[in-house]
Amino acid sequence: MVAFTLGPEDWAAIRLTLRLAAITTALLLVLCTPLAWWLAHTRSRWRGPVGAVVALPLVLPPTVIGFYLLVAMGPHGFLGHLTDALGLHRLPFTFAGLVIGSLVYSLPFAVQPLQRAFEALGPRPLEVAATLGAARLDRFFTVALPLARPGFITAAILTFAHTVGEFGVVLMLGGNIPGVTRVVSVQIYDHVEAMEYTHAHWLAGGMVAFSFVVLMLLQWLQPRKSR
Amino acid sequence: MFHTRKTPFFAAFTLAAILAPGGAHADEVAVAVAANFTAPMQKIAQLFEQDTGHKAQLSFGATGKFYAQIANGAPFGILLAADDRTPEKIGREGLGDPATRFTYAIGRLVLWSKQPGYVDAEGRVLQQGDWRHIAIANPKLAPYGQAAMETLAQLNLTDKVQGRVVQGENIGQTYQFAASGNAALGFVALSQVTEDGRLREGSAWVVPASLHAPIRQDAIVLKPGQGNAAAAALMQYLRGDKARAVIQSYGYAF
Repeated sequence: MVAFTLGPEDWAAIRLTLRLAAITTALLLVLCTPLAWWLAHTRSRWRGPVGAVVALPLVLPPTVIGFYLLVAMGPHGFLGHLTDALGLHRLPFTFAGLVIGSLVYSLPFAVQPLQRAFEALGPRPLEVAATLGAARLDRFFTVALPLARPGFITAAILTFAHTVGEFGVVLMLGGNIPGVTRVVSVQIYDHVEAMEYTHAHWLAGGMVAFSFVVLMLLQWLQPRKSR
Repeated sequence: MFHTRKTPFFAAFTLAAILAPGGAHADEVAVAVAANFTAPMQKIAQLFEQDTGHKAQLSFGATGKFYAQIANGAPFGILLAADDRTPEKIGREGLGDPATRFTYAIGRLVLWSKQPGYVDAEGRVLQQGDWRHIAIANPKLAPYGQAAMETLAQLNLTDKVQGRVVQGENIGQTYQFAASGNAALGFVALSQVTEDGRLREGSAWVVPASLHAPIRQDAIVLKPGQGNAAAAALMQYLRGDKARAVIQSYGYAF
């Protein structure tokens, strides 16, 4: 029988991870809604390139994203120049830096479900609303958004879960500062490296259980195609 | 037709290869190498192949990760660790031969900045500099990180750097933090910033060895390597003059 061995540092990492995932999810849903709407409806020739850029984090190793962000946010990078000009601290090794990294890393997990939901609406509901006299923004908020709700739920769950599982980006950008940038995945890596396998098992097993529950939730919440 | 005619030839050749005396027969050994020893080991492996005909297949990574892989049956014949603790543990647990364990290099710690002229010859920048971040390898995992913390404690600077330390998972990532300029200073391995005995770029203070316990890097022959001629030859070669010259040129001591 093994005692329950999550220490205070483990709990700090869990709290930090949940905070990072929550903030990232909230920001991405807000930022990605107009983008997904545009991608779903535009006939612009930029649709292809923009869609490809949005999907890039799906295929890039997180260490690549983390490495380029580290360079870009550094004293010689354009983001570093920007934060310097604004009189802010540089972003690597800060929580804000991790949030920015996570926004990039989880971008497709927010945009793509939203885009699919908007595309699935089709033109009909909006046309009907227009003939009933609803203005553009009104149509969007009272017709499109409620109808696309399953897409928002999927996007939120996937973004949250994906951000919780983030490793490579934080490893590159974070600096492993307890309570500031040391998230669960990095904590697990530390335990394994230090040969503290019992600790590692508790945290890693927790991650497996968490991911399983999330994916189960997703299946329940997704509307079944019954016909 | 073609195949059957060639078979006897192949059989004879294979038989000859098996029966050939050990010295003439080239073997291969898989070596797990601590990340900080990457550059010197690449050179040594090349010399080793030229001189003995044996081949060393190198994998680079963190010592703790190698331990986990070795404990789970990874087919490495030799471990060149970043510490002496891991090979000792491996010997104790019967994952390798304790009789083969020896210190192949003693690491040297250096305070380094990418900025030329920033680190002075006595390391006074630690007290006086206006730096915001100092990169140190995770002291729990990396012997270089532990040595750095010991150095800071010796200099009574532990409190002063509190809140300004960013931790790399290993010495390679620590170097990355400093080399990208995000941390103005970093405690890294001398081997990372020197080549042929000279500093490659930036500025550095080589931390006196008296300020921290020696960073002993031990090698050990692992179970899959026992009885492998290439493994035995490489352990021998690492103690030889040619290998030692390379090791020394990267700033390691013995």
